[in-house]
Amino acid sequence: MATLDLTIGEDVAAVPARRKRRLGRLFWAAFGWMIFVFAVALLADVLPLPSPTDMDMLERRAPISAEHWLGTDGLGRDELARLVHGARISLVVGVCAPVIGLTFGGALGMLAGYFRGRFETFVVGSMDVLLAFPPLILALAVTAYLGQSIFNLTCILGVLSIPAFMRVSRAATLTLARREFVIAAQAIGASHARILLRELLPNVMLPLLVFFLLGVAVIIVAEGALSFLGLGVPPPISSWGSMIGEGRESLEVAPQLAFFPAIAMFLTVLSFNLVGDALRALTDPRQGAL
Amino acid sequence: MSNAALLSVEDVAVDLPTARGNLRAVDRVDLALGAGKTLGIVGESGCGKTMLSRAILQLLPKKAKLTGRVMFDGQDLARCSAETLRKLRARSLAVVFQDPMTSLNPVLTVGTQLIETLQEHLELDALSARRRSVELLAAVGIPAPEQRLTQYPHQLSGGMRQRVAIAIALSCEPKLLIADEPTTALDVTIQAQILDLLAREQKRRQMAMILITHDLGVVAGRTDEVAVMYAGRVVERAPTQILFKQMHMPYTEALLAAIPKLDTAPHTPLPAISGRPPDPTRPLKGCSFAPRCRYAASRCEAEKPLLASAETASHQYACFHPIKLAAGVGA
Amino acid sequence: MLGFVARRLLYLLPVLLAVSLLTFLIASLLPGDLAYVILGDQATPEKVEALRHDMGLDQPILIRYLGWLGHILQGDFGRSFRTGQTVLQAVGERLPVSLELMILAEFLGLLIGVPLAIACAAKAGGAFDRFMTSTAFGMLSVPTFLSAILLIYLFAVELHWLPATGYVPLSEDPIGNLRFFVLPALTLALAEWPGIMRVLRSDLITTLQEDYIALARAKGLTPRRILFVHALKPSSLTLVTITGINIGRLIGGAVIVETIFALPGIGRLLVSAIGTRDLIILQGVVLLVAAGFVIMNFVVDMLYAVLDPRIRHGHA
Repeated sequence: MATLDLTIGEDVAAVPARRKRRLGRLFWAAFGWMIFVFAVALLADVLPLPSPTDMDMLERRAPISAEHWLGTDGLGRDELARLVHGARISLVVGVCAPVIGLTFGGALGMLAGYFRGRFETFVVGSMDVLLAFPPLILALAVTAYLGQSIFNLTCILGVLSIPAFMRVSRAATLTLARREFVIAAQAIGASHARILLRELLPNVMLPLLVFFLLGVAVIIVAEGALSFLGLGVPPPISSWGSMIGEGRESLEVAPQLAFFPAIAMFLTVLSFNLVGDALRALTDPRQGAL
Repeated sequence: MSNAALLSVEDVAVDLPTARGNLRAVDRVDLALGAGKTLGIVGESGCGKTMLSRAILQLLPKKAKLTGRVMFDGQDLARCSAETLRKLRARSLAVVFQDPMTSLNPVLTVGTQLIETLQEHLELDALSARRRSVELLAAVGIPAPEQRLTQYPHQLSGGMRQRVAIAIALSCEPKLLIADEPTTALDVTIQAQILDLLAREQKRRQMAMILITHDLGVVAGRTDEVAVMYAGRVVERAPTQILFKQMHMPYTEALLAAIPKLDTAPHTPLPAISGRPPDPTRPLKGCSFAPRCRYAASRCEAEKPLLASAETASHQYACFHPIKLAAGVGA
Repeated sequence: MLGFVARRLLYLLPVLLAVSLLTFLIASLLPGDLAYVILGDQATPEKVEALRHDMGLDQPILIRYLGWLGHILQGDFGRSFRTGQTVLQAVGERLPVSLELMILAEFLGLLIGVPLAIACAAKAGGAFDRFMTSTAFGMLSVPTFLSAILLIYLFAVELHWLPATGYVPLSEDPIGNLRFFVLPALTLALAEWPGIMRVLRSDLITTLQEDYIALARAKGLTPRRILFVHALKPSSLTLVTITGINIGRLIGGAVIVETIFALPGIGRLLVSAIGTRDLIILQGVVLLVAAGFVIMNFVVDMLYAVLDPRIRHGHA
């Protein structure tokens, strides 16, 4: 069926080619938003905005105005300033937690995929055990007992992301470890450490970094959910999640208080997802999400 | 041909748009087949014979463009509506694919795949359909047919699976059966059995049949007429016996020479045809076979030879330097 | 087939054991002396010591774990010192609520996702397909609590069609009960359907390119039959896997929704147990939930074998 195979290949190949071009514009828009949010979060203190903690009891739930570009919240604080500072918190947790997952999970996965055998079974089994627990409950338990703080939150979310990174890293290592360049390195007597660090790590890093972007999106949502319930970042610090949670109280009178941070969060999560997915499609077209 | 042809392929071309340009899989082919006759289509992989069969069956991929007419029983299949075509299938047109492991649905029982065809086209009730299925399985030589109905394809051997596929194809008494390399995926020992089965059924039902293969040996003695395809075109066509006795195309000669024979001395190297078929996205100006042909001359590279008749009108070939010798050419 | 089941069980048991150990460790090693928590701040050191001895808290951890495990295997999960209920009683009360939510959510997710997947796969690459795929992708970026807020705003606040929070048992008032479940189930379904649609669509597209589909077309079967019988059945494997995993995941993941919509389910039970430091409940329920998830995966594996006869007979 040689000719038939050829045409089927063309059929399926045609669709992603079109998609890639479309994602071209979308990709850059998403990337742009990512940069924008990062910049805004970094420069939060320097921007010409009112302080996010200044309460103006006379101007509570005020609509958009020249003084308060996005209005004020239930306690008279400037909404835009709060959004900007909230971005900072959401991003800090959102980026640092996956870093933990990337480091530990990535390392574990590489070791498991390289050494195989009982060690691998143990690692995979341990991850399965960790995955069996409802993650939010685990996070809640830890923060409840160890205290709510950004540090604790980041740590537990990071630990919870380790299994996912382990999987990606292990899968990549399994495919790579059988390739010629690894066998060649082993043949010339290279040590395990050398092979792992010099040969495998650079190649495994790529899918890991792509997955990292998707991980950021997930963590931002997880932190948002916990803060929404008041169990994430400790008040008075507020992230987008806690702003949405507070906004829930005033849904009837001032729905924008919930929707502004909601839109910000949605756009940011979407951007990370788009960029991560586009990069994933580029580096490993077989595993493109859609 | 004798009576009015059952199938008449007229100036059919199939174009496929690909990333590298237009791919002409079938290049203006004419064929005719009378009722109850067998036509063999022979050629290498990629010569377009499978695309041609898909064109006849109207099962081309969505992107493919078909030009020309496919006249079947007076209707142009290329212009029929989808619904008309669907009703024609199984009852008039049937097909057996190359690999029964992939052409039978692995999660449906043999019985289901037989019965659904019967129920769709013959509107039999469940019981009659079941009975008929058992008869069909027995007719194609499958032992213990009742048990087979509840079995899945992977539980049968390769030869059995192909028999099932044949049973499915024959179930609604089609007028034309197209067998696309029906034995290529099977053991050599089973091949003859399957081919004999097809020939027997064809004679019994007075069915027209197209046998597609890359092996000239398969069509000898089993077909009325043979068409040799290369690079999307028919390069030689003749009644089978005449073709084997007196082939004109160097390609046909090379094909025949490439078949291992019983009486050659041991360790004689097989005369394989060197080179590869041309890239179908970059058609050659001259004869497509010229780069590989040992008789090629300058005219062959400049001009494309058209099909012309030989001594008998039924024998056509496309070559500037046809062989005039008898078949069985040696070194 | 039995060999297959046996092998799976062999892997299952150590995992369950490890889950129980981890649960116990988490609950026990966290700071906050249980005895103090029970007795309150006014407790005298002697009372605390006595209580600790009573509860066996002064024993080494391993002994305590084995003791607890022993009780578990006899069906005794312990009793909450706050409410006096046994863990099993508490779970028994809350489980139906969570189950109802999970099942409704998955059902709605399938209701939305499956037809869309079929429609997209039937005309893959077309305008509808591209639109739906983009929408699904976008949907995946909407957090659950966001959908919840949106739905509450739309249906409860603006349109007043449905209540925002509340619960009434199914046995008391089926219609009322379902009314309270619509928004929460829909919220979860909105998060479920993109995954379902995406997986089924991709599976269907692959299946539709198989030779046996070409033969089915050549046999002149109706497009409907080809799609629903020949294509859907092989693809349903992935669907079952996904559904099973989803429902298992929802056990813990519905915490947010249960809290927002004030549904008395397992998720909320856990959250309040954490809040009130009710360790017994926490231990017992987390164990049940985690074990349930592991067992659910096991069941899905079994179902897989049933649906694909090739796996059943040891092929493929």
